[in-house]
Amino acid sequence: MSDRTSVNLVCPIPLQQYPHVLMAHGGGGKLMHQLVQMFLTAFGTADTIQHDAVTLELTGNKIAFTTDSYVVNPLFFPGGDIGSLAVNGTVNDLAMAGARPLYLSVSFILEEGLSMEILWQVVQSMQQAAEKSGVQIVTGDTKVVDRGKGDGIFINTTGVGIIEHARAIAPQSVQPGDLILLNGDLARHGIAIMAVREGLEFETTIESDSTPLAEVVLDLLAADIEIHCLRDLTRGGLASVLNEITTAAKVGIEIDESLIPVREDVQGACEILGFDPLYVANEGRFVAFIPQQDRDKLALKDTPSDNGKGVSLRASLDPTCPYRGCASQRALEIMRSHFPHNAVVIGKVIEDKNSLVTLKSKIGSKRIIDMLSGEQLPRIC
Amino acid sequence: MKFVDEYRNAEIANKYATAIASITTRPWTIMEICGGQTHSIVKYGIDRLLPPEITLIHGPGCPVCVTSVDLIDKAIAVASRPEVILCSFGDMLRVPGSKSQDLLTVKATGGDVRIVYSPLDAVKIAQQNPEHQVVLFAVGFETTVPTTAMAVYQAKQLGISNFSLLVAHVLVPPAMKMILASPNNCVQGFLAAGHVCTVTGYEEYQAIALQYNIPIVVTGFEPVDILQGIYMCVKQLETGTVEVENQYARSVSFVGNRAAQQLVSAVFETAPRQWRGIGTIDDSGLKLRAEYSEFDALNRFRLEIKPIQEATYCISGAILQGMKKPHQCPAFGNKCTPEHPLGAPMVSSEGACAAYYRYRQLVETVGEPPVHIQ
Repeated sequence: MSDRTSVNLVCPIPLQQYPHVLMAHGGGGKLMHQLVQMFLTAFGTADTIQHDAVTLELTGNKIAFTTDSYVVNPLFFPGGDIGSLAVNGTVNDLAMAGARPLYLSVSFILEEGLSMEILWQVVQSMQQAAEKSGVQIVTGDTKVVDRGKGDGIFINTTGVGIIEHARAIAPQSVQPGDLILLNGDLARHGIAIMAVREGLEFETTIESDSTPLAEVVLDLLAADIEIHCLRDLTRGGLASVLNEITTAAKVGIEIDESLIPVREDVQGACEILGFDPLYVANEGRFVAFIPQQDRDKLALKDTPSDNGKGVSLRASLDPTCPYRGCASQRALEIMRSHFPHNAVVIGKVIEDKNSLVTLKSKIGSKRIIDMLSGEQLPRIC
Repeated sequence: MKFVDEYRNAEIANKYATAIASITTRPWTIMEICGGQTHSIVKYGIDRLLPPEITLIHGPGCPVCVTSVDLIDKAIAVASRPEVILCSFGDMLRVPGSKSQDLLTVKATGGDVRIVYSPLDAVKIAQQNPEHQVVLFAVGFETTVPTTAMAVYQAKQLGISNFSLLVAHVLVPPAMKMILASPNNCVQGFLAAGHVCTVTGYEEYQAIALQYNIPIVVTGFEPVDILQGIYMCVKQLETGTVEVENQYARSVSFVGNRAAQQLVSAVFETAPRQWRGIGTIDDSGLKLRAEYSEFDALNRFRLEIKPIQEATYCISGAILQGMKKPHQCPAFGNKCTPEHPLGAPMVSSEGACAAYYRYRQLVETVGEPPVHIQ
């Protein structure tokens, strides 16, 4: 079920003496220079200078800086590959800090014997992902490890972005009354990887949701929306992120199961495997914490329908909502312009000294959504 | 999703909850004996929809939880051998043996431990790795037994000699009888496990209902299924009726899956089995018949079954028999957590203690500081 064919090969692989990675490709000699030329073909620009370090100009008074390593088996999966994942993942981490991503470094750890063609496909995919997010890959490194000591390719990317606003976008800024906005359906990446790895076949191929999130975040910032926090829902899924936030902000969170979108095929796979989609990894999903309204709070009292309790979750989705035009509604509209399907409000932040995340189940009862103690394991029945 | 959403419908669930309250006049104690049902009850807060007169107790329905420490130690010992690939269902990997070690630790220290989704995958792995001994840790109630039987049957037909089973299969009816025969028994009605009965049918349950004068309702796993099962059970209790009813008729028939039953009895025979936290129950386990004994990992690796003394401070035996609730254990949530389980019901996500811990830790300790152990 390889998805390699979907990678748009715009350039042929630069001439390589060997079809596979050798230990010598990491040895500092001519072969390594050949490999560096390959990376330069993909990532370099006309004025690229080869030196021990790159010099960059950054304007603005604050930068965001992050690093992440990518190990994924298989290297190519429906909806993405390790290359696009390594770029999107780091770009998304910068975006979640409210930064405009600018530069990435990339470090490859290659396993001896890796096909040059596969490496080239990954490199091309990284270049395309970088272009899509408007970031440049400006520096890098390569090491080769003995056959059997790696998993084909490991990638580390480090990213730098600039912060062009004065907002404190962080878990600690989350406040009771914030609405929680989610940009789409959950659990696709984790299930897509699992399906390929374990040879599980479904009627349709489940594709990873891997996608860059910088553009939507920059649009939210450009609209001057009061964002309290942004978080992407990678390992541990929505449940883990919400728990981290309630702990950091000393608040509680209430979410409604019936509002959380999960695609039917993904839900089916989760039912079979005994997984809870709330804990499954995503690579293109994030939550935004936005105040329910930033207009005159007294306006709430004027609405007889909500008895002064604030806008109900459903009301905030309603086009006839009296608070149309308030921060959360504008944010939702912007999110929907990038993610037309399933960008929704899933819950709200409340006061709670116990920092609990609670979920209203589909049958109306409430339960606590806790952190997992380890990774989710498939259940026997 | 079809066949799921309609059984998670709030309106229908509440209708059944109201109906149960309207027919309940006295306190009744009902036990479910299936990890999947326990999981649903706690996950959806079903017991909180019930009138206070109804007490639900979570019986020994999780096959992972009831697997004896001795068998887990054996699985760990076998998995640690360099020539072995041990195949197991996922949630078995985290269950600690007698020395607090689990199969995940064996994997981390170089053992080849693999998660399989079907026992037939283990046969494939054996075919692909002829130089290795492939051992399937065969865990589960009657639901999973047919696929294990098929794996052994296939291995024999194909002449695969590097495949064997460490059998930990357990049977539900003997455990029910043991609970009902106990002088401390407080169970007045049973929800029988829908998936188990899909395979076995419910003929055998009629004898139990008559012998112990107890209503039994074969029940499904979704919230509406469980509420309907409870309703049927309470109705029998209130009217003094004793019979086996089938709530899960969309999957279960009286005779069950004959083909599966035939295969199982061709491959396995009953044997005494030690249940973690409970002790040995006669005829409650399965072992390979003589004609398949070549596939028995106990023989192949010369492993002896020996009873092991379990930690005395864990009250899992009382919990699995419904005499205590998880939060009534002094170790619950402090000494005993999903990260450091002391007893069986805390180890699998289907275990009663783990389910309580995950969904319930605050509700049951109202007035006390929250038990939040990182």
